[in-house]
Amino acid sequence: MDEERRQLLDRLVALEFTAIELQLFLDTHPDDQRALADFNATAQELAGLRELYESRYGPLLSYGFSPSPRAWRWVEEPWPWQM
Amino acid sequence: MWVYEKTLLYPVRVTRPDPRMAREIITQYGGPDGELAASLRYLTQRYAMPVSQAVATLTDIGTEELAHMEIVGALVYRLIRDAPLDAIIAAGMDPYYADHDRGIYFITGTGEPWTAAYIASKGDPVADLHEDMAAEQKARATYEKLIDLSDDPDVTDVVRWLRQREVNHFQRFGETLNLVHEYLSRRRVF
Repeated sequence: MDEERRQLLDRLVALEFTAIELQLFLDTHPDDQRALADFNATAQELAGLRELYESRYGPLLSYGFSPSPRAWRWVEEPWPWQM
Repeated sequence: MWVYEKTLLYPVRVTRPDPRMAREIITQYGGPDGELAASLRYLTQRYAMPVSQAVATLTDIGTEELAHMEIVGALVYRLIRDAPLDAIIAAGMDPYYADHDRGIYFITGTGEPWTAAYIASKGDPVADLHEDMAAEQKARATYEKLIDLSDDPDVTDVVRWLRQREVNHFQRFGETLNLVHEYLSRRRVF
């Protein structure tokens, strides 16, 4: 995996982790407006970054959550443990 | 339902084979306090939870634990993928090799296969959430032993991250238990 792809992937994974941590916090603090704003800002940034990554390197999500224009790239390596 | 994402939740960039460490880490894949047990425990306890916030917490942590299972699997895989047979024998991993080669299987460090007896689902939200908090502490303790046993900074980095997640989950389960207690005391008044 080239360095540019790795850096993009690291940013994506860091944002996903931020979203998970905020989601868990919101489950027990649903009225926390600051956490809610952070969650929505993270989700929006994540959607943009995922779209950029997928346009270059193929779909990240299964079951129709990522499009696969032109070719079926889901079957391409690397899988997560090969990265 | 679940949707798969083709990434690891935390990167595993281990390159140095170490079957000894693989044999120790595999208990967090298929052992009593491992990630498979954690995920299945939380996901199956959801049905009996009386408040929606508790269902949400168990759904989200149970799902994160599945992602941790994949991380631990990646760690074990990368530690044995390129290990030569004599290193596998020297690490005492040859009985595992006989049954599984370099495939990844759900066992403890001493070779016992995973069993549903590792998890409880009492249908009692207070009992189940106490079990979950204990499970997070037991997993934290095991990860601390694995940090003691690791001499590869790439392995230690991932194990430290996993350890910290157990601490955060313990906090969230504690808050969830308080919400359940509040609900149960309200119900007693009316």
